[in-house]
Order: sequence, then structure tokens, then C-alpha cells
Amino acid sequence: MATGEFAAHAAHAHAAPTSWIRKYVFSLDHKVIGMQYYFLALTAVFVGMILSLLMRIHLIWPSATLPFWGEIKPETYLSLLTMHGTIMVFFVLTTAPQGGFGNYFLPIQIGAPDMAFPVLNMLSFWVTALAFIVMLAAFFVVGGAPLHGWTGYPPLSALQSAGPGEGLGADLWVISIALFCLGALMSALNFITTTLDMRAKGMTMMRMPLTCWSWFITAILGLLAFGVLLSAGILLLLDRNAGTSFYVPLVTINGQLAGHKGGSPLLWQHLFWFFGHPEVYIAILPAMGLCSQLLSVFSRKPIFGYKAMVYAMLSIGFLGFMVWGHHMFMSGMSPYTAFAFSIMTMAIGVPSAIKTFNWLGTIWRGRIRFTSPMLFALGFVSLFVSGGISGPFLAQPVLDIQLHDTYFVVGHFHLIMGVASIFGIFAATYYWFPKMFGRMMNESLARWHFFISLIGTYAIFMPMHYLGMAGHLRRYSQLTELNYLHGLVPLQTFMTYAAFVTIAGQFIFLFNLFWSMKFGKKASDNPWEATTIEWTTTTPPPHDNFGGHMPVVNNGPYEYSVPGAPRDYVMQTDPPLAKAH
Amino acid sequence: MGLVLLVVIWLITFLSAYFFIAKTWWLPAGASVAAAGIDHHFSTTYILMGAVFVAAQVILGYFVWRYRDRGSASPQAQYSHGNNTLEITWTVLTSILFIGLVLMSSSIWASERFRPAAPGAVQVEVTGMQFAWYFRYPGTDGKFGATNPELQDASAGGEGAIGLDTKDPASKDDFVTGTMYVPVNREVEVILRAEDVIHSFFVPAMRFKQDAVPGLAIHMHFTPITTGDYEIACSQLCGLGHYKMHGILKVVSQEDYDKWLAAREAEKQ
Amino acid sequence: MALITTTAAVDATGVLLADYGRIDHGSAAFSARLRRARLGLIVALTGVVMIFVSFSSAYVVRKGLPTLDPQSGILVHDWLPLQLPSFLLVNTLVLLVSTLTMELARRQAAREALATGIGKSAVSTTSASHKEAQGMPWLALTAVLGLSFLAGQWLVWRELAASGFYVSTNPSSSFFYLLTATHGIHLLGGILTLIAASAAYFWRRLAESRVVVVDITAWYWHFMTFLWVYILCLLEVAH
Repeated sequence: MATGEFAAHAAHAHAAPTSWIRKYVFSLDHKVIGMQYYFLALTAVFVGMILSLLMRIHLIWPSATLPFWGEIKPETYLSLLTMHGTIMVFFVLTTAPQGGFGNYFLPIQIGAPDMAFPVLNMLSFWVTALAFIVMLAAFFVVGGAPLHGWTGYPPLSALQSAGPGEGLGADLWVISIALFCLGALMSALNFITTTLDMRAKGMTMMRMPLTCWSWFITAILGLLAFGVLLSAGILLLLDRNAGTSFYVPLVTINGQLAGHKGGSPLLWQHLFWFFGHPEVYIAILPAMGLCSQLLSVFSRKPIFGYKAMVYAMLSIGFLGFMVWGHHMFMSGMSPYTAFAFSIMTMAIGVPSAIKTFNWLGTIWRGRIRFTSPMLFALGFVSLFVSGGISGPFLAQPVLDIQLHDTYFVVGHFHLIMGVASIFGIFAATYYWFPKMFGRMMNESLARWHFFISLIGTYAIFMPMHYLGMAGHLRRYSQLTELNYLHGLVPLQTFMTYAAFVTIAGQFIFLFNLFWSMKFGKKASDNPWEATTIEWTTTTPPPHDNFGGHMPVVNNGPYEYSVPGAPRDYVMQTDPPLAKAH
Repeated sequence: MGLVLLVVIWLITFLSAYFFIAKTWWLPAGASVAAAGIDHHFSTTYILMGAVFVAAQVILGYFVWRYRDRGSASPQAQYSHGNNTLEITWTVLTSILFIGLVLMSSSIWASERFRPAAPGAVQVEVTGMQFAWYFRYPGTDGKFGATNPELQDASAGGEGAIGLDTKDPASKDDFVTGTMYVPVNREVEVILRAEDVIHSFFVPAMRFKQDAVPGLAIHMHFTPITTGDYEIACSQLCGLGHYKMHGILKVVSQEDYDKWLAAREAEKQ
Repeated sequence: MALITTTAAVDATGVLLADYGRIDHGSAAFSARLRRARLGLIVALTGVVMIFVSFSSAYVVRKGLPTLDPQSGILVHDWLPLQLPSFLLVNTLVLLVSTLTMELARRQAAREALATGIGKSAVSTTSASHKEAQGMPWLALTAVLGLSFLAGQWLVWRELAASGFYVSTNPSSSFFYLLTATHGIHLLGGILTLIAASAAYFWRRLAESRVVVVDITAWYWHFMTFLWVYILCLLEVAH
């Protein structure tokens, strides 16, 4: 819309605040808001991780009594998995890459002094934070947290009497998600407007770093998807509390008629997955953008196929809205529809494959520097391949008959959506920490953290594929009832031990993060010798990002090892390169 | 560091692939007509995807080591923005691979789901409820009688659990069991219903899985080819007892099935 | 419901709230601000559209969907067509008139902007043959009409309830309340913004902001009118 047109924002739109509250709590500064999002996600990820550890302990030692917790009952296990899934998907995978790093670095990377609507930005964070508190509150009400899984399929999620936790706990769960949707919508509005309208002079769309493209596309997905989830949540709340029958047909529960009639449980599944599948890309796209960036920076080589990368992300975003039905092959949906969804789903594998090829193409004939962000970016590629390769199994309804709702699915989405995205978050942390806090993180600790995480997550999630093939269903709180599960217990035990080690490794990261803030080596303005605009400004950036002057962009984002250049990188704000390409 | 990473990535790849190739854990033995086709397609997909997996990881590991920065010993990185011919080539190749796979499996899917059960198939109505499966047989008249949700009483078990309305003449000879009996080598038509929440009827050995959804009666079919006892599991989260919602499918010879049927009818009189 | 109110507030005023936050230090060109606010509005309305798209598709699916009668095991339709109260036509008329007054208010503000020289080409205006800026209180009139519309909707709900159609009575009534209430809450957000803008008018400050706010609210308002006509058509198709 405003391509190439220089919107006159020479001075920063709002002055630097002086009071502590306005500076750190209700701040309008996108950098502070970005950090608030980041620390919210950091809190959430440790909560979610501990919940998963409790689940793994329960699977192996079902009657163990845990300190601070007590015994885990079957319904507690289901509450744990529900809250683990919800917290991880919403408050970690959606919050950290987009709300955290996107907020902090999108304006700086496109050369803007702030987000387009700072008050809205602040509001979106606080609504998200409120949503997190409401979510956690579900643990502490009568009946406890809901047990309907993060997908919340009605009638289980719509009937107060369907199980413990389906009372007030489930209401809080729905309300929290609705609040989160509001926050995400506000945030998407800001990201889109900022990207379209606030780019610095010379920063054409095709000169944007791939990180900015990924945040931009993610915001569009969020804008289109979260409204649908919000609507679905409102209908669920009405079914739960106002006696309507949007989702619930005539059912009896505990020998009583539930009082609903005629509703369609599949309606929820359609609405939920219309949001839910794009949500997968909301989680992974920023990691894709970031890892593309890092592979280029640390291979000292331009990204392989910049345009192909942009088009691949756009087509992933576009196709992402047409594949939701592949979650519903076994749901009672028409088998013809299922077949159509299957073809669309396989088609979405093509742009994903293109991205993988281009990542390999980027490091090919490069000159790789093994910094901690690069290690995580390379780990991301490995995990993305491993998690992606199981997709074509699940995308075919014929094979999904056997694999649907088994651990094969759990392994698949944890590798590609969970761990790969989290590797993206780690990579981003190690990469941008110097810019955010003015110090470097400790490299040896980072390497320990990397190898423990890489080996550990493979050890946890790869065996899930074997379990799934053997027919091991997910969301089973005990393995004692089905005979064919007995032989699989050793594998489960192995995974629990792997989880202990992996989780212990994450505390290295936590220690490194806080230790380095105080005692890390002082960072220069451009410690990685990178080209994008955030490295032209001081460390940490001033309130208006550039100290009064606005950057002018002359070059593409990935000009490394340009023949004849004085050093092996040409920054975006350096004088234009002579030759056109 | 490049070498360490190469070793780690290759080792992970080798170990992961080993357990797949050794089939240490594998699909349970198939016992239905569809199993052979599904398993064959699984193997095809698995070989193709396995090759892509190993190739990508091996190349990643190799590149990481080969193109590591060795100070002045390494040449400057190549200044290249990509190659359109290559991009188009692998776009076309992956499209063919992925779309081809779906089309290859379409005939199996069609025979499983597009076509209704053949006339003369054994009819069993499967009802899921928290946390048990009930199996209703239409009896000698071949017709399922009416049910009434208000009559449902899980504690009564059997006919009472699904609320069979005895006032309907068609329901007089209907009987309900907790174990599913079917004759071998005959198509079984399953009519799936759920009373309370969504359940999912999964018989791993039959390669059969379908959600039972309240408010819907879903018609599906499968044909067992080997006699024996097979476990039935619930595969859709249905509440706190989800893990223990299971049942037994007994595939017996036609004679045994007829005998069993006659005994049930006799009980009913 | 508070949730949805927040959405509405964001939809209508969030963009503008942000502008209030910046105005005291604002030196960005007026046209750039107006363009940014309009862009933000388009994006926000896309989000609103998605909410109504979901409700509409749920409506269409639910209406056409037969449900299993557990007794006979056959599929039956349980949708009772709803007799829409004719008072809705009055409400519709009020809203249509309000969109007209809103447009007059927008043009008035635009002329005012021209007169004080804050914006040149950015605001589309017609010839200045209308009354001069301080003439009619179009803004306040629009707010009053908007409130009348909501009061009218309240009467419609009362009438429906009196005839036995509550939220949970039948899917047709559930959807009627759902769609009209969601629309009403969005409109309420617009009304609150109008009141804020009118207040700003009396305080004689933030002239530049006020023009932006009025402009954005006007487009938002037009969209809400359009949305209402759409909802009415959707409900009417039920017959």
C-alpha cells in the first residue's frame, strides 16, 4: 500500500516515559512489550513442561505420590494433558515467536520507530497476560482443570456433568481462550498495519528480511483464524451456560437427559480446525523465517532462493486454510470430502519441501560459523525434516485409519510444531540476546543446552512413532487395560527417562539467560556481522530505535560474501551495490 | 564442532531408521480384507518417505561438516542467490511424489468408505457410552427396534443400557451383548452410535477406526478373514475412563456364530 | 459478554485510542496518520468479517442439518422458522438514516480539516456548498440514532421473549439472539467512540485526532449498517 512512500515519522511518535510503571509495566514501547511477551512465554513454557513431566511420571509409575502434588488420578492426567497442550500452543508457540520477537524486532528490521498502534499493542499484551492467569486459575477451582484435551471436542467439553473439571474449570478454559483470541486479533492488526505502512525508505516488500515476511504472514493467518476460534468459543460458552444446542444433540449423561437436542458435534470440529490448522503455521512460520535468516548469516552466504522462500511461505499460509479437514478423516465427515482434503494436504507438503531444499542450498558452499544460534537453526532443519516426513502418512486417509489418534500423531506434531518451533525460539534468543540486553550469552553452556535438547527431544519423540504404528492410542492415562499395550511399556519408560534428562537441560538455558544478563560479555552493536537494520543501531536500541535519524535502505537483506566488497557482508543501509540482480 | 554435529545427526538418523527397518515395533498383524492393501500402501509410503528422511539428514550432516569455517583454509562462501531451474525441478518432483501417493491409495479408500456394505452383510449396531461398548444384533427379523433415551440405564446393562423400547415389536428379538461376535469371511456392517460424548471404535487388527458421534448413525463395514479374539479400543478422548473403555471382538467360524446366535435368541425367549 | 464488548471497543476505537496516545507528541503528517488509521480499520474489519462468517456458516449448517431421532433412528429436521417481529423494519430504517447523518458528520469534519489546514488531499470532500462546519450537530445526532437503534433492538428481544422464543428455545432463536447481540455490541463500540469524539469537539482540542476519529468511525458505521442489512437478509432467508 505504501510501498516506497516515505511516511514522515521522523520523530518518535511518543516520548520516552520516565515513571517506572509507564516504562516497564504499561509501556507503549514495542521493545518492552516484546520482552513482556517473551517472559510471559518463558513462564508458560516452564509450567507446560512441568505438566508434561508429571504426565510422563504418571504413565510409568501410576500410583506414585508426588511432592507438592499428591497422587495423579486418571482424570488428573487428562487435566494435565489438556492444560499442557493449551498452554504450549497458545501461550508459548503463538506468544514467544510472534508476540515476543516479532514485537521487538519487526519495527526495527523494517526501520520503524514503533508499532503502528502502541496503545493497542500494550492492550494486546495485557489481555494475553490476563488470559494466562484465567487459564491457570482453572487448576484451583472445584473439579480442577478441564479434561477434554486442548481440542475441546463437544459434547465432552459442553456438558457440565461429563466429568470432573467440566464445570467451572472448563468455563475458565473457554474464557481464557476467548481472551487470548482478542489479544491475538489486536496484535495481528498491529503487525499487518505496521508492515504495510511503516517501512523505512527503500525497504520494499522484497527487501524485507524473511523474518519480517514470516511475522507478516503469521499475522494474516492470525487475523483470519482467531476470529473463527473466538466465534466457536462463544457458541461453546452458550451451549455450556445458556442451554442452547449448537454443538450438543440429544444425549444422556450419567443416565440423565442433558436437555439439549439437535446440535452438531462436528460443527465445533470444523470451526476449531479451521482455526487449528492455520495455528500450526502460526507456530512454525516465524521459526522458518528466523532459521532462514540465521542459516544465511552464519553460512556467510545469501539465502538460497529468496523469492521462492517468500512464495513458499505465502502458499503455505494460503493452503493452510484449506486443509483443516485432515484432522477429521475419522470423524464421520463425508469420505469424498476427506479425499479432497487429503489432496490439498499433500499439496502443502510441496512448499514445505521447497523450504527444506533451500535451507540445504543456503549452507551448501557456505562458510559455516558454529555459533549457538546457528546450532539451533541447524537443529531446526533436522527436526523440521523428521517431523515433516511423518506428515504424508497422516495426510492419507487410508493410513490415517490406523494412525489417527495414536502416538504417531503426537510424535509428528511435537517434532514439527512443538520442538522445531521451540528450537526457533531458542535460536532467536541466542541470536538477539546481545541486541536486547547488551551482553552475549555463554557459548559453552549454550552448546551443552543444544546437544542435550537435540538428542533428548529425538529420544522422547521418535519412539512415539513406533508406539503409534503398534496402535498405542494417545490420551490414555494408564497402560494397564489394553493387552497389546503391555509390550510397549519399556519404550514408554525410556521416553520418561529421556524427558528427565531433556528437562534438566532446559535449566542450563534458564541459568544462562539470567546469568548472562548480569555477567555476560559486553556485546558490540553488530556481534554476528549481520546485515539487517537492527544491527545498525546501538545495543540496546534507544527508545525510538534509531536515535533520531531514520534508516534508509539500499540493499537486500542477505548480501554476504559479495565479491569485491571490503568485508564479507554488506548491510542493508550501506551504499547500494553496483550490480543489479 | 562441524564433525560433532555430523556425528550426532547421522547417529540419530541411523538409530531412528534402524528401528523402522528392523520392524522392532510395527503394525499389528492384519486380520481383515483391507489390511493387506493398507499395509502395502503403508510400506510404499514408508520406503519413499524413509529415503527422503535419510537423504535429507545425511546431506545436512555432510554439508555442516564439509562447509565449516576453517579460517583461512576455507574459500570464501559462494555468492549465489539461488537457482530457478533447481527450484522448479524439485517443486515438480515433490508435487508428483506427494499427489501420486494419495492417488495410489484412492482405490483402497474408495472400497473402504465410498461403497456401502454389501446386502447380506452381518449387521451389528455398536453403541459407545462412558465407558463401555454395547453391541446390538437385530435378531431373526433382521430389523433393529426402537430405542428411547429416557429408558437408558447403564446400570441395567445389555438392552437397558441402550434404552431398548420393548413396546416396539421389532425390538422384541433384538439382543445386546458386551462382546462382539462376527463370523469369519463375511462382511460386517457396523452402525456406530454414541449416547453421551464422542467415542471412537478402533480395532487395530482389522485396520478399522471410526468415530461414534452422538446425533449420528454412521454406517461402516469391514471383513474379518482370520478367526480369533481381537481387542477393541476407544480412540477418541471420552472422559476420565477413556483408557479403560475397551472390548473384545470375537471372530468365529460361521457354525460357531450360528450356534452363538441361536443361544442368544433362546435366552431372549 | 464483556469479552465481546472489548472486541467492539477494539474494533471501533482501538485504532483511535492508540492515536490519542500519540497525539500530544504527534508530528506525523496528517495524511499519513489518516491513511494508517484507515488501513488499520480495514484490517480490523477483516477480523470482524471472520467472526460473522463463522456464525453465518454455523447458521447455514445448523439450519440444513437433520439430526438423529434416537427413538426411531431416522434423521429429522428440528428447525422452527422464526417469525421476525416487524418492528425490525423500523430499527433498520433508523440505522439507515444514521448512516446518512454519519456521512454528513464525516464530510463536515473533513471540511473543518480543510479550513484549519491540517489535511489537504487526504480527505475526500464534495464541494463546499453545504452548510459550514459548525452547522448541524451531525455527530451527536448519529449517536442518538444509534442508541435508538439499540433501544429498538431491546424492544424486539422483549417481544420475542414474550412470545416464548428465548435464547435456548430453538436453534432459530439462538441464532437470532446471537447475531443481533453480536452486531449490537459492535455498534455500541461505535457509539462510544462517537460520544468520545463529540466530547473532544467541545473541549476544542485534538482537532487533528478528531478528524481521524470521525473519519474512521464513519467507515466503521457504514460497515455496521451494511452488516445489519446482511444479517437481516440471512435471517429472512430462513422463511
